[in-house]
Amino acid sequence: MDARETNVSDALAGQDQLAAHRDYLYRFALLHLRDDSRAQDVVQETLLAGMESRSGFSGRAQLRTWLTGILKHKIIDVFRRQSREAPLQTEAEAESEEDFADLYFNPKDRDHWHTFPTTWGNPEKSLEQKRFWEIFDACSKEMPPQIARVFTMRELMGLETDEICKELGITANNCWVMLYRARMNLRQCLETRWFGNSS
Amino acid sequence: MQKLNCKEVSVLLSQTEDRRISLLERLRLRAHLKVCVGCMNFQRQLNFLRRAIRQHPALKDDDE
Repeated sequence: MDARETNVSDALAGQDQLAAHRDYLYRFALLHLRDDSRAQDVVQETLLAGMESRSGFSGRAQLRTWLTGILKHKIIDVFRRQSREAPLQTEAEAESEEDFADLYFNPKDRDHWHTFPTTWGNPEKSLEQKRFWEIFDACSKEMPPQIARVFTMRELMGLETDEICKELGITANNCWVMLYRARMNLRQCLETRWFGNSS
Repeated sequence: MQKLNCKEVSVLLSQTEDRRISLLERLRLRAHLKVCVGCMNFQRQLNFLRRAIRQHPALKDDDE
């Protein structure tokens, strides 16, 4: 083969190599961005970046790790943009701390829980059940956009508070309030729809 | 040592996931959790949620 043919067949082999990761990258992106077309976009950009410089990877796993790293950065870029361009807070996000707390705690009874959290027994077993994850996803979908971004960056991407604040342009306290709401609502939703003792 | 109520405990438990808490905060938490089953369940459930999310099926890496 002459040089040109070698380059073409290299390029095609490279594309195959990258395409093998497309599904995984898409699932990853969709979980984080919660929007199909945005997920497709960042995956496409990631694969393009991959085409441009992917030499020297000894194996599939290494290539996937590298691609995922690029993808994570692109996801954070989207979050940063969305956060800074965000329209006014949703009703749920703008709720005062007192009003939010009143959903769960009774101010007339020394701020005890309205309904005390029940025991979930051995919740790990649920992780193997498809139906659990369907309910988990349904509960997650209820998170308002900014809360979902903060929650995703913290819990899925493992970013520290100060990194999240820097990227999204919020204060540490904002961050903690949003994480609190995300966790309280998610926990309640799961208790009601999955773990709740039907009584 | 001033006691915490359930609402304050829920906020503090959530924050322990995101920042270091002081010794005093830790002591006040422990005092409440000793006598409040509801909040103890809440703490366990927060821990479970943190572990669970990382095992979301969408993150499974073992495609064949």
